[in-house]
Amino acid sequence: MIRLEKLTKTYGNFVAVDEIDLHVPRGELFGFLGPNGAGKTTTLRMIAGILRPTAGRIHLGGDDLITKPMTAKTRLGFIPDRPFVYEKLTGAEFLRFVAGLFGQDGAAVERRIDELLDLFELSVWKNELVESYSHGMRQKLIISSALIHRPECIVVDEPMVGLDPRGARLLKDIFRAFVAKGGTVLMSTHTLEVAQAMCDRIAIIQEGRIVARGTIDELRRQTATGDASLEELFLKLTGGEAVQELAAILTD
Amino acid sequence: MQSLVRLLGPKWRTAVTRLRQGQGGSSKALVVASVGLVFWLAVFGVLYRVLGYFRGVEEIGPLLAGKLLSLMLLSFLSILLLSNVITALSSFFLAKDLDLLVSSPVDWLNIYLAKLGETMIHSSWMVALMAVPIFSAYGITYDGGWLFGFYATAVFLPVLILPAVVGSATTLILVNVFPARRTRDLLSVIAIGAAGGVVLLFRIIRPEQLARPEGFQNLLDFITVLRTPTSPLLPSEWATDAVMGFLVGPLDWTPLLMLWSSAAAFVVLGALLHVALYPTGFTKAQEGAERFIKGWVWRSVLDPLFKPLSVAKREFVIKDLKLFFRDTTQWSQLILLGVLVVIYLFNIRALPLFTGERVPFFLVTVVSFLNLGLAGFVLSAIAARFVFPAISLEGRQMWLLRSSPLDLRALLWSKYWVGTVPLLVLALIITVFTNVILQATPFMMAVGAGTIVLLTLAISAMALGFGALYPQFETENAAQIPTSFGGLVFMMTTVALLALVIVVEAVPVYGYLQATYQGRPVRIDGTMIAAFAGVVLICGVATVVPLKVGLKKMEGFEF
Repeated sequence: MIRLEKLTKTYGNFVAVDEIDLHVPRGELFGFLGPNGAGKTTTLRMIAGILRPTAGRIHLGGDDLITKPMTAKTRLGFIPDRPFVYEKLTGAEFLRFVAGLFGQDGAAVERRIDELLDLFELSVWKNELVESYSHGMRQKLIISSALIHRPECIVVDEPMVGLDPRGARLLKDIFRAFVAKGGTVLMSTHTLEVAQAMCDRIAIIQEGRIVARGTIDELRRQTATGDASLEELFLKLTGGEAVQELAAILTD
Repeated sequence: MQSLVRLLGPKWRTAVTRLRQGQGGSSKALVVASVGLVFWLAVFGVLYRVLGYFRGVEEIGPLLAGKLLSLMLLSFLSILLLSNVITALSSFFLAKDLDLLVSSPVDWLNIYLAKLGETMIHSSWMVALMAVPIFSAYGITYDGGWLFGFYATAVFLPVLILPAVVGSATTLILVNVFPARRTRDLLSVIAIGAAGGVVLLFRIIRPEQLARPEGFQNLLDFITVLRTPTSPLLPSEWATDAVMGFLVGPLDWTPLLMLWSSAAAFVVLGALLHVALYPTGFTKAQEGAERFIKGWVWRSVLDPLFKPLSVAKREFVIKDLKLFFRDTTQWSQLILLGVLVVIYLFNIRALPLFTGERVPFFLVTVVSFLNLGLAGFVLSAIAARFVFPAISLEGRQMWLLRSSPLDLRALLWSKYWVGTVPLLVLALIITVFTNVILQATPFMMAVGAGTIVLLTLAISAMALGFGALYPQFETENAAQIPTSFGGLVFMMTTVALLALVIVVEAVPVYGYLQATYQGRPVRIDGTMIAAFAGVVLICGVATVVPLKVGLKKMEGFEF
């Protein structure tokens, strides 16, 4: 469903993403992990069509994002890490607007808006301006907007930020159900427990390159770490010195 | 004092860094500096000539110079007051650094002084720059000497402090009166207050009396009016007395003392008010905005209206209209726009064309034709304020627009027509009404209406194109976007377009004028057709090229 070929992004001399090859098939929830500044968000924003790759190809459901952007983007739902939405629209108006961007309107969209707002417990806030929403509510609204046009794949950057435990649980259930029905999710996260519990496969990215990929068991085999947790795997692959330094600072 | 310096430190360092970075873009700095210098020299030149003329007039010369200065300072004072009220709202209540400041163990007095200083600098720098050529002209004309520079600074500084304190206090009271973050109400009050202030200012100034000394029964009446202070309780009058006392004598230190003692007293009173009202005001400003919105009203009105459009375009247009009318900082300026149009038409009506028995045909045609340039300039200024920021304002939501299958041409199309249609209505109102008032001929009416439609289409496209070329994605306040470098370039290009169109169109208009004046029938010859075709071509190019360039630029946007 999502296929990246030699995907590269450079800013001047700095290589943010370095020739990444990745394939996420239908019906899979794929986790994208890495330390800060490793290139996760840049990769996801390229897949969403917000950043143009310096080199390489992105295929969504077989359509090239560069040559057939409209068809490719119709399949996609993108959830960014920072929930910037139009402050002066109500929640329902925002969802209607997003549906319109995907060429959808009418009674079906109205029903879908009610369903989604109900699902995310935002029905009471349906006709209030977004400016009065909390961070978590905005995040829920953006997740709803990514689902409003019934996408085939979802690309999501740090989905749990700002969500309460109930919202986080709901999102996990939604993603699992979405994948069970043949959808595809590519998710970046720093919450390793979430990744371990939810993802079918995981890729760890560092300095713009994928340094390991596979199921948890495959990662353990690759790193020869026995039955280590994902956190231990992550630290081993990305270098744990910084964590130890942080612990030292906090205990001083 | 040390902690006040610490509070102001980040702002100072940001300004220094910005200046340093600005040096890199030397061409940009050069354009801004050149425009500023030309403006400065123009103000100085005009005032120097006027004051030179006044100086040559026995007895009433210094009185006229003093009156002129007091009028200018009074205008400054009103502008400063309004500007401080608006700036104080963001610096005292909405700024991003407030959470950190309020939660830190910082003395309330230091927060007040830091924010007051910030408000004053942000709202007064333009007026302060404007004052330089004015005081220079006075100093040079009346041989003030090198000491006058220091003296004028000492006089002018309290004129900046006083409105900053009063403006901040007004905002503080308003924020306490209106519940929660009701900036809508607050700014409507400010906008209406400003409009009322302008009318009031006109009444106080009574400019028509000064312009027509022959309207007075005798010279004594005229001198009496000149001697009467415009408003003796206002600091502008004290500042005038202080300056004119220094320049033409007798030197009196009382006005300067009054200025500084009032400024000091007002800062103390402002601080007391701040400590009494700021905590509640700040808390109210953090609360949520208004609750339920009657979205169905919008839908029932706008949906049928835009039904013929594609879904994406329709939703985009409806979204833009909602955002405009729900954002007070945007729609409140329509009030001022209304006032501007009324004043514009009033000024045309007040032209001394109608004093004679018959309106001279030549003058009417010339005024009607040149009015195109003036109307075009007004439309450019409005486009700079409302159309130019359109792309920048999408910045934070660009993640959504770029990740959806929205064709950027549809986005540009929606932005273009949402901006252009109201501008066209306004353009036709200004031009047609002006021509009706002037009793212009059908030929001039047709030329005026046709040209202004073409110009509006081009101006709007240029505003959008330049807005995309010079986007300001980080600026949240739409009103600040037109004052950027891109806004300046847009205005300069528009003026060039207006000049070009007027020059080309002057050929057929001159032919028409000559023929009618000599009583010959007006011939539609090759020159006339070529000139009008030239105008159509120029405006066509000025419409299409900026939109294409803007689209290209938008396709390359990265976030």
